[in-house]
Amino acid sequence: MDVGLTHYLTVAAILFTLGVFGVFLNRKNVIIILMSIELMLLAVNINFVAFSAFLQDLVGQIFVMFVLTVAAAEAAIGLAILVVFFRNRGSIEVEDINTMKG
Amino acid sequence: MTAFIFYMFASFAIITGALVVTARNPVHAVLFLILTFFNVAGLFVLLGAEFLAMLMVIVYVGAVAVLFLFVVMMLDIHATTFREGFQKILPVGSAVALTLFAELAFVFGSWWYAPETKSIRALPTPSVSELTNTEAIGVVLYTDYVFLFQMAAIVLLVGMIGSIMLTMRKRPGVKRQKPADQVARRVEDCIEIKKVVTGKGV
Repeated sequence: MDVGLTHYLTVAAILFTLGVFGVFLNRKNVIIILMSIELMLLAVNINFVAFSAFLQDLVGQIFVMFVLTVAAAEAAIGLAILVVFFRNRGSIEVEDINTMKG
Repeated sequence: MTAFIFYMFASFAIITGALVVTARNPVHAVLFLILTFFNVAGLFVLLGAEFLAMLMVIVYVGAVAVLFLFVVMMLDIHATTFREGFQKILPVGSAVALTLFAELAFVFGSWWYAPETKSIRALPTPSVSELTNTEAIGVVLYTDYVFLFQMAAIVLLVGMIGSIMLTMRKRPGVKRQKPADQVARRVEDCIEIKKVVTGKGV
């Protein structure tokens, strides 16, 4: 059976869904929520590269590099915020992050 | 053969992706995330995007995942309390995820290329016999996309400064170097030359 574009899109859709599922599932650990966001960005990257390969258009691969850049910056900032939060509150549970509630 | 390799990488990526979000121990979750990235890098090689595959391994596994691992190990969190409320959240989370997946499946099941798609490509990939993937990306990245490239550099710079500013703290009672004072130190301030008369001492 030949592997077509739809196969790659399905893999990306499943990974994206797993990322969304992870955001809902982990109420006790913000680090795993950040990892779920990385999973979702990875799924988007698979979509870009798959379309780039099957349409023979290189722009998709260029764009993936910028998505990677933003993902790396986002992970660094997110983890920094998490470390500061843990220093102040001694916990990283989602329920505890409510001091900014209006 | 290609199909077999595709299904191998794809199934491993999905299984490890599922283990990332369900792992009990966050350290295991990070390690499964690394494995997911490796398998997706394999998929990229299969698609002919070797440069991005290597970039994926270097940037994600070498930097981002290690950063995650570092933070997981640095924070003193209790692995036992993670699963409280798991049963309560599970149906809602599954419902949202399944709805989303069904929507994506509908989209992927019924789409087609517009007839003019091939003619409006922004940057047709040169054939592999002409230029390798890395060369083809390099040729356009530093010319046509140099502005975006610089913007990405600025994003990284802002991210770096931001995370340093967020996590830096001054603790009282810790001896620190003061580089400015060290640089400003002059010979006249610290060395005094005295004429010592022989046999009399200072």
